[in-house]
Amino acid sequence: MKMLATTDLSPDITAQARRVGPPILKVEHLSREFGGVLAIGDLSFAIAAGDIHSIIGPNGAGKTTLFNLVTGVYKPSGGRVLFDGADVSGMAPYRLAARGMSRTFQNLQIFFNMTALENVMVGRHLHLNTRLLPALFRVPSLVRKDREAKDRAAQLMADVGLGKYVDADAASMPYGALKRLEIARALASEPKLLLLDEPAAGLNATESREIDEVIKTVAASGVTIVLVEHDMKMVMGISHRITALNQGRMLAEGTPQEVAANPDVIAAYLGAAP
Amino acid sequence: MNALLHGRLTGLLALGAVIAVLPAFLPNNFYLDIAILAGFNAVVCVGLNLLIGYAGQISLGHAGFFGIGAYASGVLVGTYGWPPIVALLAGAVFVGLLAFLVAKPILRLKGHYLAMATLGIGIIVSIVLRTESGLTGGPDGMMVEPFKIFGVELYGEKVWYWVVGVLLVGVVWLSLNLIDSPMGRALRAVHGSEVAAEVVGVDTARFKVMVFVLSAVFASVAGSLFAHYAGLITPAKADFFKSIELVTMVVFGGMASTFGAVVGAVVLTLLPQALTIFQDYQQIVLGGILMATMVFMPKGLLPTLAALLPARRRA
Amino acid sequence: MFAELLQYLLSGLTIGAIYALAGLGFSIIYNASHVINFAQGEFIMIGGMASATLTASGVPLPLAIMIGCGGAMLVGVLVAKFAVERARNASTVTLIIITIGASIFLRGVAELVWGKDFKRLDAFSGETPIQIMGASMQPQSLWVVGTAGVLIVAIGLFFARTLTGKAILATSHNRLAAQLVGIDVKRVVLASFALSAALGAVGGAVVAPITFSYTEMGIMLGLKGFTAAVLGGLGHGPGAVAGGLIVGIAEALGAGYISSAYKDAVAFVIILAVLLFMPNGLFGKRGTERV
Repeated sequence: MKMLATTDLSPDITAQARRVGPPILKVEHLSREFGGVLAIGDLSFAIAAGDIHSIIGPNGAGKTTLFNLVTGVYKPSGGRVLFDGADVSGMAPYRLAARGMSRTFQNLQIFFNMTALENVMVGRHLHLNTRLLPALFRVPSLVRKDREAKDRAAQLMADVGLGKYVDADAASMPYGALKRLEIARALASEPKLLLLDEPAAGLNATESREIDEVIKTVAASGVTIVLVEHDMKMVMGISHRITALNQGRMLAEGTPQEVAANPDVIAAYLGAAP
Repeated sequence: MNALLHGRLTGLLALGAVIAVLPAFLPNNFYLDIAILAGFNAVVCVGLNLLIGYAGQISLGHAGFFGIGAYASGVLVGTYGWPPIVALLAGAVFVGLLAFLVAKPILRLKGHYLAMATLGIGIIVSIVLRTESGLTGGPDGMMVEPFKIFGVELYGEKVWYWVVGVLLVGVVWLSLNLIDSPMGRALRAVHGSEVAAEVVGVDTARFKVMVFVLSAVFASVAGSLFAHYAGLITPAKADFFKSIELVTMVVFGGMASTFGAVVGAVVLTLLPQALTIFQDYQQIVLGGILMATMVFMPKGLLPTLAALLPARRRA
Repeated sequence: MFAELLQYLLSGLTIGAIYALAGLGFSIIYNASHVINFAQGEFIMIGGMASATLTASGVPLPLAIMIGCGGAMLVGVLVAKFAVERARNASTVTLIIITIGASIFLRGVAELVWGKDFKRLDAFSGETPIQIMGASMQPQSLWVVGTAGVLIVAIGLFFARTLTGKAILATSHNRLAAQLVGIDVKRVVLASFALSAALGAVGGAVVAPITFSYTEMGIMLGLKGFTAAVLGGLGHGPGAVAGGLIVGIAEALGAGYISSAYKDAVAFVIILAVLLFMPNGLFGKRGTERV
């Protein structure tokens, strides 16, 4: 088990003076219960535009549930989610996507019935002509834009290091590549806010570092990133801010150093009484 | 894109070529008739395959839509004297509306619940057709006027063969176009993972409804033309077994393969004809073949054969 | 007025009991293997045909029913072993077609063995109608309802009290976990097919004197059984029983008060109406998708 206290904090980001953007995502008194059990309880926090903001916490802390609430996969039992200033609580995921929010999944959600490239092209959905009649009769403008989408998808695959899989069937790709394929697909929708659910889980050290680089590049291009990840080295290395959850509630929030030094966080991770 | 375009055109050309030369090998109208029936089934199956094979939604009631199309033509032309093409379009519009109305609520259902709901719709349609004998002629069915357009009457197997052949090529072309388009990818994404499709902006409910309506309209048009060709329609054309037969053709030929659906329709239309030599054993052989193909080739005929070939093809 | 209603209720209860047995059969197999067995109606047919033809050739009724039941169980196990088990990882549609193939196959065999004619089976205890408050009831209806009742209670006890029953339940909840604690999952699937086949066959035997036996008798009974199972919530045993009774009674009322021609449509209208508002049936559990 990795302990926070022994994790060295990489100085490159945390030491820099950083502009703090306006909040792109705000969660107010959010809660969700499953059959009487509170998975998320009265949770409030904000994520600044342009940040890499990590959500950490032990297993069962409610991280994935939080993602599902924010992205509209689950409906909240109470509280609000504000995206870009608008109340989007319980809004369907595809509407949120149109507003500029996308995500990846902890348990892979790949379209295994398609090629890798087509997976990413689905990510271009919002930017293409998806009506029935033009598709049936293959109107030239649709074909042209589709070809552009294809080139763009191939470029995105190259960007996340999947260049050699452009023609592969998704079903034939290794796990680590599929993790990146999800990122490429989400990026294809040109999100303002990207939620990554354990992008490094199950990856070896080299692959983790590559994902790390991908995330930094994406963030540098202006996309706000919310990250759930167990790899503390990665979290401490790339996050601007961290929110720590435990049993569905806020435990601590702050810069990586502040959170790492927080006795409650250390206690939650070590299982000791606070 | 080039390879895909290439594959699409070769497939379409191959289909057209087979249809063009086939009559030369068919000794008489009996065989031509079987080819025409296979063609009608293939048209329905290509549409149904968009729903089942590509979008991953099952329907055990599509014969109901075929039946409504057939009876719309029979009743509107025969009883009310409408021009056949108008009756055909009216039937298609009605089926489209009906499918649209039922699709929204039932496509929320998953797996076996969707199977149940579509099965129920098909059975209700066939019972209505059987019961409203004042309109439909009841269980014995009704005679249908020949198809006339611009004063020309379509008559005889030789003429209908080409009508169905052109229709089939057209439907396959539309289907291939659709699949290789943003909407086609959205449909396949719905099959692959609904939630992943949603988070990149795919309104999954909308696309499921659209493909359901489209496949129902294909079935309705095929039903209308079939009614004019056959001259007699019975409620059996709309019943549960016809629906099962259609789904079986799609799955047998190969889900998510347009040409697979055509092959499945052709093979399973021929099979009962071929099995008549087995007489009393016909059902046993048919049931046995269904079980065996599904057990040993769960992907269906064409994809299984394609996997055996060294060069991979997509269709 | 009241007598008429009572009459419809009684006949609805009788046919509903058979739907309940068929629905229970669907649920048991669904629980063990997540397969919808469209051959369930053929088990009913085998029970009805076997008991009718065997008694006609002089075999005592109880023995005839037992033979029919045993035959259906054997057929059920064979279907499970040679078709369903081998297609374990196939899609829902593929599995549906396999069981439909099995049902066509079985009907073909039945036609070969027994012919296409209607077969008559004498009522078990005469045909003198019993008068109840102005309504009359065939004694055979009591046999149907009574037998179904006993079987349903027995199945309930089987799942609650016996190790095999609990093993089937455990498998339905979590196949992998069941395997880990040493349950032979394959045998559970076979057992569930045998059990469902037995339920169907006995149902077919007791209902045969009312409906006659013929090789296609299982088609509608099977579909109605599926409706019952879905109405109650797939895999929910008591739900399937309730579903069967609801369908049977609604059908009798519909035939009596609305139109007998639309009798067979009633079940499907109900199921569509229910699924619109309760996508998991009346008693099915509401699942939240985990992603």
